[in-house]
Order: sequence, then C-alpha cells, then structure tokens
Amino acid sequence: MENPYLPYPVRIDEIITETEDKNLKTYKLVFLNTDDEEKFIFQAGQFAELSIAGQGEIPIGIASSPSEKGFLKFTVNKVGRVTTHLHNMTVGDIMGVRGPLGNYYPWDRMEGKNVVIIGGGFAFTTLRSSIIYMLHPKNRSRFKDIHVIYGARTPGMLLYRDELTEWEKRDDIYMHITVDATDDPDWKYHIGFVPTITDQKAPEGNADTYAIVCGPPIMIKFTQPVLDKLKYSHENIIMSLEMRMKCGIGICGRCNIGTEYVCKDGPVFTLDQLNRMPKEY
Amino acid sequence: MLSYNEKIRHIAKKILAEGKVEIVIGYRRGTLPMINEPCFIKHPEDVTRLIWDRHCGINLTNYLTQRKERIGIIAKGCDSRNIITHIIENKIKREQLVIIGVPCKGMIDRHKIASQFEEEIQKVKEDGDKIVVTGGGIEKIWKLSDVLQENCIICTHRNPVIYDELVAEPVAEQKDVNRYEDIRRIERLSPAEKAEFFDDLLASCIRCYACRNVCPLCYCDTCFVDGSQPQWVGKSQDPTDIRTFHFLRAFHCAGRCTDCGSCERACPMGIKVRTLTKKLEKDCLELFNWEAGIDLEQRPPLTTYNPNDPDDTFR
Amino acid sequence: MNVIKIDKKTWTEGIGRLQGFYRLIGPVKDGDFYQFKALEKGESPDFSMLNTRLSPKSIIYPQSEVMFEYSLDETRDDCHVIKEIQVEYSPQVVFGIRPCDAKAFLLVQRNFETPEYKDPYWIRLYETTALIGLACNTPCSTCFCVDAGSGPFNDAGLDILLIDAGEYYYARVNTAKGEKILKDSGWSEETETKDAELAIENLKQAAENRITARISTDRLKEKGVPDLFNAPFWEDVAFACINCGTCTYVCPTCWCFDIQDEVRGTDGVRMRNWDSCMYPLFTLHGSGHNPRDAKTKRLRQRFMHKLKYYVDKYNDGIQCVGCGRCINLCPVNIDIRKICEAMNGFEPEQKSI
Repeated sequence: MENPYLPYPVRIDEIITETEDKNLKTYKLVFLNTDDEEKFIFQAGQFAELSIAGQGEIPIGIASSPSEKGFLKFTVNKVGRVTTHLHNMTVGDIMGVRGPLGNYYPWDRMEGKNVVIIGGGFAFTTLRSSIIYMLHPKNRSRFKDIHVIYGARTPGMLLYRDELTEWEKRDDIYMHITVDATDDPDWKYHIGFVPTITDQKAPEGNADTYAIVCGPPIMIKFTQPVLDKLKYSHENIIMSLEMRMKCGIGICGRCNIGTEYVCKDGPVFTLDQLNRMPKEY
Repeated sequence: MLSYNEKIRHIAKKILAEGKVEIVIGYRRGTLPMINEPCFIKHPEDVTRLIWDRHCGINLTNYLTQRKERIGIIAKGCDSRNIITHIIENKIKREQLVIIGVPCKGMIDRHKIASQFEEEIQKVKEDGDKIVVTGGGIEKIWKLSDVLQENCIICTHRNPVIYDELVAEPVAEQKDVNRYEDIRRIERLSPAEKAEFFDDLLASCIRCYACRNVCPLCYCDTCFVDGSQPQWVGKSQDPTDIRTFHFLRAFHCAGRCTDCGSCERACPMGIKVRTLTKKLEKDCLELFNWEAGIDLEQRPPLTTYNPNDPDDTFR
Repeated sequence: MNVIKIDKKTWTEGIGRLQGFYRLIGPVKDGDFYQFKALEKGESPDFSMLNTRLSPKSIIYPQSEVMFEYSLDETRDDCHVIKEIQVEYSPQVVFGIRPCDAKAFLLVQRNFETPEYKDPYWIRLYETTALIGLACNTPCSTCFCVDAGSGPFNDAGLDILLIDAGEYYYARVNTAKGEKILKDSGWSEETETKDAELAIENLKQAAENRITARISTDRLKEKGVPDLFNAPFWEDVAFACINCGTCTYVCPTCWCFDIQDEVRGTDGVRMRNWDSCMYPLFTLHGSGHNPRDAKTKRLRQRFMHKLKYYVDKYNDGIQCVGCGRCINLCPVNIDIRKICEAMNGFEPEQKSI
C-alpha cells in the first residue's frame, strides 16, 4: 500500500533571499531519486508539504512551473517553528517534499480566455508558477490577454524581482506592478494598493475573462468589490485559500470549511463556491 | 439547599429587571442525574430556568474570564474565593459583578456514586441527610456526608467570602478538619514509592485537558503544553509528557487554587488530580500561612516578596 | 448467515484455544470502569459491562501512533531521510464490541479509506482485526443507537455478533473471518434452527423497547448550511462548553489527528496523535489568524460536522452512532441529543431554542 504521508527526499540546491526584510526565501529543491521526480506531476496552483525531519511539515504553494523541469521551487515566509528552522538550513541539506497536493487553477476552463492575475505580498508564489506556465512557448497561444496586477508594501518586498523586470519587457503580458509606498526616486511602476490598481488597470469582466486572486485577507476584502464593479461573474473569480493543515489529503480533519477540505477539495475555489460555504476561513 | 431556588430566581430577576446586570450566570437542570449545566440568563422572565441543588460542582468563575458586561453570578464558598483571585489577577472587575452568594453544604461526588452502583443510574434524590439512588431495578441509599466530593468533606469555607446578596443564612463552617491526611501519607512515601504512586495516579489520562479547561485559574492565551516555540512538552501519550503537564499545571496553580474540586469532577477518567494541587495548597499554607481567595487586598505569595521568606534563597 | 449456539461452559476453553492463534482483546474492569485491553493467558473478556468508558476506536486508531522514523546523526548516509517503520501486523480478535461501536468503524472507514487516498496505518490494523460484537440486552437511558442508524442487535461492521441468552451465547456469523475464528475456537459447529432466530428476535425486541432516548435527524439534510451555521442557538448551547477534548476523545467516530515530530538524541520519529476541533490550536494559522477563534465556533464545528456536513457529504445518516459517551462524560452536560433537536427543528426565522 502506498503511504501518502511519506515525503520524497530532496536536497536544497539553491536558496535565494527574496525580500529586504529577509523573511522570505526561495528554496530550489532537487529530488534525490529521479523516480520520485517522475511521480511528482503537478499543475500550477497546487501545493506540497515541505517536510523537515525533527521539525515537522508545512503546506507551501509550489512556486515553480510544471514547465520547469529538474527542480521544485518554494518561497517560504518565516513564521513558525518549521519555517524558522528551514530559514537556518543551507544548500546541500536534505529534507522532504510530499505532494503534489490539492487542486489547481482551472486551466481547462481558462483555455482561450483572458487571464487577470491579482496578487499581493508573499501570496504570489503559485501565481509565479502560473505566469511561467502560461508564458511557456507551448502554452502561450492557449490563452488570450494576460494581465498581472501585483503589489507589495515596498519595492524591496516584491518577490521574483528579476523575473518581474523580464516580464515587464515582454509584449505578450500586461504587467501592473505596484507598491503601497516608496521614497525611491527611480521607482517607475505604480504606487497604490492592489484594489486601486485593479480598478484602474484590469479589463472589464465578461464571460471570456477570469481573475485569479491571491493575497492577504485585507487585499481580498477590498478587491472583491472592485471586481464586482468591473462586472466579473463570481464563477470567473478564482481564489486560493490558506488554512492550517497537517495531512494535506483530507484525512486529519482540521482544514474544513463546511463540507470541503481546503487541502484536498481546495485550495482553489471560485468565489461562487465560497459564497455558498460558511464564512469560516 | 433545594430551598435556595426561589431566592436565587428572585434575586436574578430583580437585578436583571433593574438593569444592574446584563446577564446572570448560573445553572440549569442537566439532562442526566448528578450534573447540571452552567448557563446564562439574559431576560428576567427566563430566571425560572435557574436551579440550585447538590449537583452544581463546576466552578462558575471560569465563565467570567475577560467578560466585558455587567454580570450576576451565583457563587458558593469556593466560587467566591476564585472570584477574588480573578479580581486580583485582573480577569474581571469587582464593579462588573453582582455576586449572589450561596452558603454551601457540599456537592455530591458523581464519580463516587457511579463507581459504587453497578447498574445505570437513573434517578438520584435527596431525602434529608440521605441520598437515594435508583436504576436498573435496584435502589441504594447513602448518607449524604459519605458521598460528598472529597474537597467538600474537608471544606472550611462553605460560605461565600465575598457577595452582594446572600440567598440564605450562612451555614456553620466545619471545624477541626484534617485537610491534608492524604497528602501527608504521600509525603511519607520513599522516592521509589512516590514515583510508582504518581505513575498509577496519571496512568489513565487521555490528555483531554478537561481538568485544565474547567479550572478558573487556567486562562493563559497559550498554555505551556500548546506552545511550539519552544515546545516544552511533547504531544503524544508518552507518560513523561503527561506527567509533565499535570505537575507543571499544579505548580501554576500554587497559591491560587481554592480546592473547588472542579478539576476532579470534570475528569472523564476519574483521576484524582486534586492530589497534586492540594500538595501545593498545603505548602502555601504551611510556608506562607496563605489561603487563596480570602482577601481582595493581598496578593498571592508567589507574586510577592517578603523579607521573612521561609527559603534562604530569597532572604 | 449462520447462527451457532455456544454453551457458556465451553466459553473459557474456546478463548484459551483462540489465544494460540490470535492476539485477543476484550473489555476488562480497570478500577472504576471497563476498558478494552489485551487479554492475558487464561483471562476472559468481562461481559458484565454496560459499555467501556472509552470507545474501542483506539484498537484500530491508537491515540499516539508512530508513522515514520529518521536519524539526525550527520555521520549516517540516511541522515534526515524520513522512512517507513516496520511493524508486524499479527491477527487480533476483539471481543465484546457493542454494535454501536462496530458501526462507528464503518463510518470512520469513509475518512481513512477514500477513493483518492488510503491511510495505511488505519487500514492495516482494521484488516488484521476481527470484531466480535456483544448485543446489548439492556441499553442505557443515554443510548440512541436506533435513531442513529444502528441498534442493540445490529450486525454492521461485525464479523460475529454474540447474543447473551442466559446459559448460551448465540453467535451470528457474518463474515468468512468470523467463520474462521469459530472454527479455531472449537466451540461448536452446530448450526441453529428457527428457534434460535426466534429467541434472538425476542431479545432484540425487548432491548429495542428499552431504548427511550430519541433524536430526530430526518430534516437535517434539507436545512441550509448557512442557515444552521448562522443559527442563533449556538451561543446558548456553547456557553457551558469548556473546550476540553473529552467529547472528541471518547467518541468512536471522531477521527481528527495531529502530526508531530519527536526527537530523542539523534533518533526521531514522526507520529500522529488524536486531535480535537475543540482546541483553539487545531485551526490556528502561523500568522496568528484563527478561523475558529471562539469556543462557540469550535463547538458549532463539532456538531455541524457530525450532524450536517457529514450528512450532506455522504448521504448516509449522521456521523454519530448513539453510544452516549459524550453525554455521559461531558463535564458540563452538553448533550448532543438536545443540539440535534435544535438543528433538526431549526427554522431560519426562529430566534432561540
């Protein structure tokens, strides 16, 4: 019997400190066994449990894209026991990855449609996965216009800055990068909160346009009325939830919202689905 | 004590109707024999739900922690002492409370009766100084004083020490009570015997934390057993972790515990958890001449410095 | 379905014979109450109990269970690699399971054996365990098994159901596993006739007539989740709750767990421990946010899960078998029967119970 709790052993191949507060680091992980890598087939929007012997496990969105081969990437915020330990680990250290877990963004439904990605803070990880995936030469033609509205508190708090700059230069993706505030005179992008920039830059909602929204609760709270104003139907607003998780496979019982387990039935839900669920997240 | 009901309801109705309090915390009739359910009443017309008998052993002070409104609360001797402790520890303000004092003659020990009755208990009736238990076609009669909670048998504060209303004349306090006989017996054991005694005492613990959660003293935002940074205690059924929880919890209650007996009453496994808290209570009495919850003006001994401290380290 | 008649005079002998083939577990009086324990040689299960204090769920799903092991010894090649532990699963037989508790295993199976994921720990223990039930001739006043979809003589989930008929046990054999055990015991191979069926039916009727505790569950399905979730009665029913884990730990159908790493020296294990939706820590996010940050919300989750979410998800009754343990052991008398009535009878415009 296959043991769904058993992590695959991986080696830390690279660690990138992403933000000026040094609380966010991206870990590039390489499988110790190539068989395991072949089994780890995922889609953008899924997560995995990062597993550290002696510490425990944490559910983290997969930041690398299914189109990137040979490694997995996770961006981890330092908050609790496991993440603090992980932040002290170094290249070459052995840890575990268990997954892929959960559902993913509805790529089939979004085929041939406009995709508007709205992200805030460090919730941008699976959105990075999605952007890389959609921009891959094999996939780009499967989608119409791609808009990205991404904000952080300051320029130094933006994730994946080199890639943001690259995407900014391309003509097949509309980038709307913003910060809450900055005193950097060379800042050439937007200043303002994500909901405000969404109001200004996001295309009007219609049957052919999907919005994927990921961010802190406050951003989500104020973005939703903007999307309503822009006439996005709630079936076309896609959200990814966070919850305290342990097993990641809908068995340990802690992450339910009503009948749905966020780890297994989510983390991706349409706003229409969420509207019918208890407000307990 | 059955006759207290009318008076309790009368007072509760009055203070609710006059707007002196927004809620009254008391008991309503339980769905099983020997247990009542703590409840709150908001409307004067609902006070008939309030009841009082010998099955009100849970300490209601636990329901006061950090509440913001004005509250009427029914308090027997031990509850009132915990209210004092709560006020001293800033968990509630005196001016928020209308304390309805209940002179108490002791609560019935439901574990004790259940363990001596082979059938399912269907009815428990008080009859003078007797208690009549029926179920499964049999009837058993005990002397009330034989089936009281252990803490009630040795109680020396049956009357509320603080109150705004008193539902009856104070009852006579028990004199010449040998409060610590059982503790002295344990103190006399050898270290090996003690280890065995405590292993046995806690062997059936399922870590449900009922003893902790029912205790008015246990209000920490994060209990030391729940913290993860650092993680002081493992979370499994490892006996060392279980003992650590019980021993440390008892120490946290030192100088604060009123021996209300709620912890022991609440334990689903019938563990005599008071054995631990009582030892600390005895130490506080012997070392510092201290009883918790008697005086609003005095702080518990472990939060004060006294140049006459019995321990050299602190002098 | 065969019925075998076992003369009680041969009972101990058969138990002794089974000791040679299986690990035996049964109810044993332990201080003031009964517990399921491994039976020593020569020890028989004690059937004089009404039921055990704790449910038998821990036989299949221990409160603490090691899942993996690893070494943190840097000199070892496999340092930090998490590995499966080797466990011998030898066949075991549990005696004296009440029908409600047996049915609970079938409910819990839905959680541990899903179309997508199989929990190997639960499944392996479940598969290597045979359950021999003991019909309830005298259900308690807090038993509502019949309304919860079980019954004092229900065979669901049992390999054999024993019926105490005075000088005999009738054994109703439901599975091949059960047949094998009977064979190994050497009790009897004589199949009973219609008379036995009649005797059992009479005992069953008498037992069911004793059940006075009723709950209604017929309208739970039609209620809206948001209506029940936002119902005004939660504050009142949750007031007394102290958020201990008693109800969840004594419940035969509560299945939630936590996963923890524990290290001694350089040897570590990953284990799982029962957890409880009553605890604030159960849902506390790393950020400090807690979707169930108040006891009312936690109590609501417990009852919504058992009496609404489960009902909606599996369309096969409630996640409760009516054993009554939570009612009997709750320190503050929170009674699932009362809450079920409040939920089943709730109309959205209603103000309080």
